[in-house]
Amino acid sequence: MGAISGMVGARIKRREDPRLITGNASYTDDFKFVNMSYAHFLRSDYAHARIKNIDTSAAKKHPGVLAVLTGEDLKGKAGEMVAVPFGANCIIPPHSAITSDKVRYVGEIVAVVIADDRATARDASELINVEYEELPAVVDVEEAAKGLPVLVHDGIPNNIGATLEFGDAAKTKEAFANAEVIVEQRFNNQRLAPSPMEGRGCVAVWQKGEDALTLYTSTQIPHYTRTFLALTLSIPEHQVRVVAPEVGGGFGAKLNYYPEELVCAYAARKLGRPVKWSETRSESLASMIHGRGQIDYVRIAANKDGTILGIDITAYQDIGAYYQVLTACISALTGLMATGAYDIPAAYFKVYNVLTNKVSTDAYRGAGRPEATYFIERIVNLLANEIGMDQAEIRRKNFIAKDKFPFATPVGLTYDSGDYDIALDKALEMFDYANMQKMAADARAQGRYVGIGMSSYSEVCGMGPSKGMFTGGGWESATLRFEKTGKATVFSGASPHGQGQETSFAQMVATEFGLDYNDVIVKHGDTSNTSYGLGTYGSRGTAVGGAALSLAIETVKEKANKIAASMLEASEEDVVFDAGKYTVKGAAGGKSVTIQEVVFRAYVNPFDGIEPGLESTRFFEPGNFTFPFGTHICAIEVEADTGEVKFLKYVAVDDVGNQINPMLVEGQVHGGLAQGIAQALYEEIVYDSDGQLVTGTLMDYTVPNAVELPHFELGSTCTPSPVNPMGVKGVGEAGTIASTPCVVNALMDALINTGVKDIDMPLRPEKLWRVIHGK
Amino acid sequence: MIPSTFDYFAPAALDEALSLLSEHGDNAKILAGGHSLIPAMRLRLAQPGVLIDIKGLRSQLSYIKEEGGRIKLGAMTNYYSLETSDLLKQKAPILPEAASTIGDVQVRNWGTIGGSTVHADPSSDLPAVLLALDASVTLKSSKSERVVALSDFFVSILTTSIEPSEILTEISFPTPAGKKTSYKKLANKASHFSVVGAAAIIGVDGNGVCTSAAIGFSGLAAVPMRSAVVENALVGKKLDAATIEAACSGSAADVDALSDLHGSQEYRRAMADVFAKRAIKAALAS
Repeated sequence: MGAISGMVGARIKRREDPRLITGNASYTDDFKFVNMSYAHFLRSDYAHARIKNIDTSAAKKHPGVLAVLTGEDLKGKAGEMVAVPFGANCIIPPHSAITSDKVRYVGEIVAVVIADDRATARDASELINVEYEELPAVVDVEEAAKGLPVLVHDGIPNNIGATLEFGDAAKTKEAFANAEVIVEQRFNNQRLAPSPMEGRGCVAVWQKGEDALTLYTSTQIPHYTRTFLALTLSIPEHQVRVVAPEVGGGFGAKLNYYPEELVCAYAARKLGRPVKWSETRSESLASMIHGRGQIDYVRIAANKDGTILGIDITAYQDIGAYYQVLTACISALTGLMATGAYDIPAAYFKVYNVLTNKVSTDAYRGAGRPEATYFIERIVNLLANEIGMDQAEIRRKNFIAKDKFPFATPVGLTYDSGDYDIALDKALEMFDYANMQKMAADARAQGRYVGIGMSSYSEVCGMGPSKGMFTGGGWESATLRFEKTGKATVFSGASPHGQGQETSFAQMVATEFGLDYNDVIVKHGDTSNTSYGLGTYGSRGTAVGGAALSLAIETVKEKANKIAASMLEASEEDVVFDAGKYTVKGAAGGKSVTIQEVVFRAYVNPFDGIEPGLESTRFFEPGNFTFPFGTHICAIEVEADTGEVKFLKYVAVDDVGNQINPMLVEGQVHGGLAQGIAQALYEEIVYDSDGQLVTGTLMDYTVPNAVELPHFELGSTCTPSPVNPMGVKGVGEAGTIASTPCVVNALMDALINTGVKDIDMPLRPEKLWRVIHGK
Repeated sequence: MIPSTFDYFAPAALDEALSLLSEHGDNAKILAGGHSLIPAMRLRLAQPGVLIDIKGLRSQLSYIKEEGGRIKLGAMTNYYSLETSDLLKQKAPILPEAASTIGDVQVRNWGTIGGSTVHADPSSDLPAVLLALDASVTLKSSKSERVVALSDFFVSILTTSIEPSEILTEISFPTPAGKKTSYKKLANKASHFSVVGAAAIIGVDGNGVCTSAAIGFSGLAAVPMRSAVVENALVGKKLDAATIEAACSGSAADVDALSDLHGSQEYRRAMADVFAKRAIKAALAS
């Protein structure tokens, strides 16, 4: 591919893909080292039990076993796991990498075996004898919030780790007092397993001679992980290197610091041998963080003409047994997005973060925002039904008007830019709304169950300004370095893991310098060659990481211009740069130098007064979050006999601001839709009343195949963000956030004649069949 | 996901496999396609001390042929072979139809009809089809050989009447000449096993009157089963919509149906009606 002027905006295939689809990429488990050893974690089979005794003697004697470690062995030698507190009254209970007093969820680590090979470690773990005294399990989140049946942690009354409030309770109460219509509904946003194709895994290597640690780990946050390792294992941070090699999906679940990472690093140092761990799918379902897990009691107040006056939500967030890194913050994102795309004068959101005997919940694609979008998009439809208004019209009536941006919401955010009507209009047109409505009504008149649902969302992305982030900043770093021969290397502090920035960032640099696209490469994920970066999550990779690169491009350009001016013996102001060439203004056909010649000059025989070399490292601090938006509409038929669903049409119109590579944007929307639709119809983590994980394998936890998903018809509108130089908003989560309520709204519309107003997700065939047949 | 320790044998001939089996008996497991056994071993739900891998017997035990009015299937015949067999498409199209609904291409390339039958997973598709075809299994040990009707073979969930010393070598059934057949199922979207599946093999005379009916259910109960209730309600009657509707109404009312995340007992019973009806209608239209 040659130099394309205006390569930004081009639909080009991801350069990452050939190596991924030909098996030539290196994931964590592909790394092999001399003398490597393997960790196997023994995990609790009980949801809640006191550990009376652990006998590891037989396991230690098993041939090939190097070490067996329990919680007692780590006491005083490793710090507690890392958790960001949130909320004024937030209590973070102790969380050791390996528990020693009690187990508090099925899958919690009780001991680790390190052995010469994986099989030996696994076999030896069966020789560990743990004596448990079983305790009642805390499973139901609303019961848990009453302290029932018992406390998960002593010292946390009623199992409530924190209570968070957003908005204005008094003003909201007043809005309800004056309302003509009030609609209320309880919504259950079920627990989900993030299920990346590549599970977690790490290899810890201790360099004895240097007292240094290298951890290869499947993470979204290599720099944070380095800091956390340094703090929890008392290793100077500059003696720790973290490498996130190829990462096979994260979806927020790898925006974390896990006990297994700490333990492998600890064991590698203790044993002086590399230690590898690769989780199994069953381990992943049981002990990688889960997403969602929120119950929302929602009330909406309106006038009969559809004007929304207020919204009031009481929520219970099931946070599990411990706080992982961002566990405490996720429900706050729900509160902050509680008013969605609407201009609602009064809002109040209160959430209880409740401890239960389950694995922690934390960020999963959307992280708090899908919960908000779900309840508001569902209740708006219930309101529309109540007052007999069209679902598109009620949205249009309450949208934040485009001239009101930047728009301060009653729950504390300021939306950057938006034009919600154009996305709705485009979606209605693509969907052929009027005809589809007629089709659905005709079908229902014939006794069929056909429905149309929509969802208009606004979400918060580009995380985020440091002052708005819960901890640790919200900026990102990037280095642009020209090599002597004119090739360019980008080092990004963001750590993409499937989003495609190796392609899109190269497009940015190629465009700005008129370079051949193949002359730019993008490196990331290794703390030894990138400046501190915060990683990829919250749809920030391009909106913040790309913006840092944009700053570095500007700095390099300024210097290159200076060198070019000296080479052309012209003043800087007179130098013109176009298509990779510097010329002097007004001197057509005169002297010119190429960017490559400028680069060479920067390294060889630099000018007096100009520092040699040509590179720049810049940090971008966004002034605000970004707020993508859009409207999705779908039509679905439910088969009366079985309750099975059939998509008739799915249209998604997303406005993510400017698009650097529309093909990458579409790919992100496709993946997001798959996961959002999966929540509506298929996926659900189930614990039974004893806290046992029922959906412990993919035979029971339904990750859908392509055949279970509709054909996606995508469209976009473009409202640039004023927050970053490129005007981008971020697209990683939009599809997931918008699609779940869209699908459920369509299904409830299909069942409208049954009088049933809501069904807990996932809307499995049996549930729909029961409603249709009144069972 | 590492199985516990086991000894591994890969015999090249049936005799050798049988003698290994007689030596190790209860402690041994036969590995055919491995699509049920290996996951169970990886989860350590099965921990056989000896694994006898019979992939070396493929040349002996993988075949599809018709002899003396019966169709004979070697136990090592994989799903893909069933799905694509011209002989079956002509003489017993219900098997290719059912095989095409199993798992995905990889599964169909490995999974075998013998393995599936002996594993006796109630949600597995083929056992119910074979029951409806009045199939028998040939069980061989180093000392004996016996033929058992499939209706006597399935004992309870994941359990059959095979002896530890025996290998299932062949499945055969009378060629369903002139019969109308179909298999329809409600798939579990996670595993693509059946929540409920129904096989219908129907004989109809020139006047549209049902001369024979065999209805098999997968997924419904702890063992694959035939439905005498539906069969009796069809035979001797002209198969119009009302007759089929009536025959399939409450077909599983007395069945001790399974109940799990993918379908309660009540739902499975109702789906038995729906899919029996669909299978019968599709069979008649075939």
